[in-house]
Amino acid sequence: MNHPERNTSYKPPSRLEDYPVGTAFPSGHLVEINAAWRSERPVINTERCTNCLICWLLCPDGVIRKTGDGRLEIDYDYCKGCGICARECRFDVIRMEKEGI
Amino acid sequence: MVNSSKKRLSIRELSEREFFYGHKACPGCGGSLAVRLALKVLGERSYAVVPAGCMSAVGFIFPQMGFACNAIISTFPGTASMLSGVAAGARALGLENVHAVGFAGDGGTADIGFQALSGAIDRHDKIIYICYDNEAYMNTGVQKSSLTPVGARTTTSPVGQRLRGAVTRKKPMFEIVAAHGIDYAATASVGYPMDFVRKVEHASRVDGTSYIHVFAPCPTGWGHETSETIAVAKDAVDCGLLYLAEYVDSRFFLNHDPGEFASVREYLLRQGRFRHLNEEEVLSVTVQRDAGWERIRREWKS
Amino acid sequence: MSSGSKTFISGNEAIAAGVSLARPHVIAAYPITPQTTVIERLAEMVADGILTAEYLHVESEHSALSACIGASAVGARTFTASSSQGLLYMVECMHYASGGRFPVVMMNANRSVALPWNIYGDQRDSLSLLDSGWIQAYAEDAQESLDLVIQAFAIAEHPDVLTPVMVNLDGFVLTHTYELVNVPDQVDVDAFLPPFQTTNRMDPDRPMSLGFTAGPQHNQAFKQLQHLAMLSSGRVIRETEERFGQLFGRNYPGLIEAFRCEDAEYVIVTLGSVAGTVRPVVERLRSMGERVGLIRIRYMRPFPGKEIRDALAGAKAVGVLEKDISFGYEGTVFTNVNSALTRAGVQLPRLLNFIGGLGGKDISVTDIEALFSRLKSTDEGETVTFI
Repeated sequence: MNHPERNTSYKPPSRLEDYPVGTAFPSGHLVEINAAWRSERPVINTERCTNCLICWLLCPDGVIRKTGDGRLEIDYDYCKGCGICARECRFDVIRMEKEGI
Repeated sequence: MVNSSKKRLSIRELSEREFFYGHKACPGCGGSLAVRLALKVLGERSYAVVPAGCMSAVGFIFPQMGFACNAIISTFPGTASMLSGVAAGARALGLENVHAVGFAGDGGTADIGFQALSGAIDRHDKIIYICYDNEAYMNTGVQKSSLTPVGARTTTSPVGQRLRGAVTRKKPMFEIVAAHGIDYAATASVGYPMDFVRKVEHASRVDGTSYIHVFAPCPTGWGHETSETIAVAKDAVDCGLLYLAEYVDSRFFLNHDPGEFASVREYLLRQGRFRHLNEEEVLSVTVQRDAGWERIRREWKS
Repeated sequence: MSSGSKTFISGNEAIAAGVSLARPHVIAAYPITPQTTVIERLAEMVADGILTAEYLHVESEHSALSACIGASAVGARTFTASSSQGLLYMVECMHYASGGRFPVVMMNANRSVALPWNIYGDQRDSLSLLDSGWIQAYAEDAQESLDLVIQAFAIAEHPDVLTPVMVNLDGFVLTHTYELVNVPDQVDVDAFLPPFQTTNRMDPDRPMSLGFTAGPQHNQAFKQLQHLAMLSSGRVIRETEERFGQLFGRNYPGLIEAFRCEDAEYVIVTLGSVAGTVRPVVERLRSMGERVGLIRIRYMRPFPGKEIRDALAGAKAVGVLEKDISFGYEGTVFTNVNSALTRAGVQLPRLLNFIGGLGGKDISVTDIEALFSRLKSTDEGETVTFI
């Protein structure tokens, strides 16, 4: 896996003995998603996408990923909707769409 | 890039692995992009040292750990000294092919962390120190640092009747670290991401101290759209307020000369923090820019 | 049992010898009087190849401890040393080291704190940091200094403890006084002190995030665990001393040393090298039939409340003699002793606090004799007095 995945079965410690010794915890341990931060979501027109990867390069959250079959997809769990990908796309194939309420 | 025997790293050669993921940085954060890209280059055997500040506040909230490599929060003044300790400990334990890399903001670097940084450079410790410069103390709510540019509005350099934003010039950190005789130093901007990535790659091969000063806009503190981060960071280079340069083998190299500069006025006025500047003040910034470039073009190798 | 070799060295040199025998991976320190000869001797050992360690010439005490924490965070054994203003400059990192459970060992040369400037010994520097989460040991002589610093690594790194340890030596009086010291053989120290092993570290094969943020929901649990670890260090200290005694033939009495306290009615409680002045006075008064005793506190944290209560069971009057004052109240050692006795419901007719030795002011045999007289007298007077 090229990115950390959410640990959906994690239970926060309730007893002292469940806590780690020291302030040390496994890296890449995610329990929350950031989707609620977003008011708009980027949508890639995969038909017209040239796979130049500039959006992949510039995403501060690293949520755009290569699928392996030459397409790009977005991890909407962690996309914050900043719009950098849409703004920087040289071929104008990423559109920001309003999130439903 | 100068002095590089290796082929220039291309976008397709960059690692697909994400080492800074699920963090809580503001949308459009330039600093988090700098961290993410640097770790793609340095890889899984990195020890990231991150002082109290934005990147630590957003990356290590128990039990949500945004760094996927080894990482530790240092004290605010202690980025470089902790890096030195990590590097020394790793060397003593015989750990090989590891990178001790620090990510500190402008305040953590040029103000409170400066002493430790100077010490580490003096010792030529094998560390990579990356300053993500968002030109103010953003984590505490946009207070002025010594890297806040003249005229910028912050919460401690407000625009009033008598004083109109920051009144001091930006401390020239790149030249200050170079004056130590550092093994490698560079400036960069997230607006020129591959240039930054290649400089990190260069730093990874330096047997000594590397310092990379990467310009990293903060939409929250600067007052621009979250989508504009890269554009603003590129504009800063194109209008000449920021230069892309390296210090290698005791010589300065200018990596990129824009020739004809883009408009300083447009760069400034697209950001809320500069929107109060009048024409005279904009002109003053432009004059300072020209004086700086006159010297750079004369003294530094292109 | 280890034979070791007898050497005529100072307290500071004894610390350097002990640290070298403990084989630290990283030493980071910044010079300050009267700590300097510790780090000079260590630098010489590194330069001569006697000690294989990374020696970092840091540019401040803050960086010294910050670097030690960084090295500890990758699993290295670390040592630093400081004193007075330097110790105070480290304070942020002291809380950091204890909170992060990084078992750094530090030697502190107890010295007065400015202002006024003064380089001589009192204990206000370390005693003002009792709440920093460090185990605090106080040595009486050079031999104990050497033995304490070797034991300190074993105690700090014990998995039930994982807490940094500060070994305190009175500035000049102990740091610079030469004594005949038995320096153990390396092979025996290696047997006593195994390599540092911990899971509380960054690991290239299993990435970890250290020094994280814990919000209101979780923060207190980490602090509570830190407290429990410090409490359990009392047991580990005694076990460590027992193991040390078996290997090296030098036995230490735990968190306190009770000297002639069996049936003592008048007892002075103190810490550090001044115990060496009190001891002969106790001997002399005992030879005259007086029932006097000495309690030397060897560890201020964890605080030996129970040990002190037990040792003072038959006392009529107790004087706490310390080189420290918490302005506007009383000596901090006195506060701690008083609290321990009060908690146990011990009623003492007299519990006095003698403040002395500030900024290196001499405490003489005559002074100690006067203190015992004061304990025996029945006249009322101030609880806290400067001698």
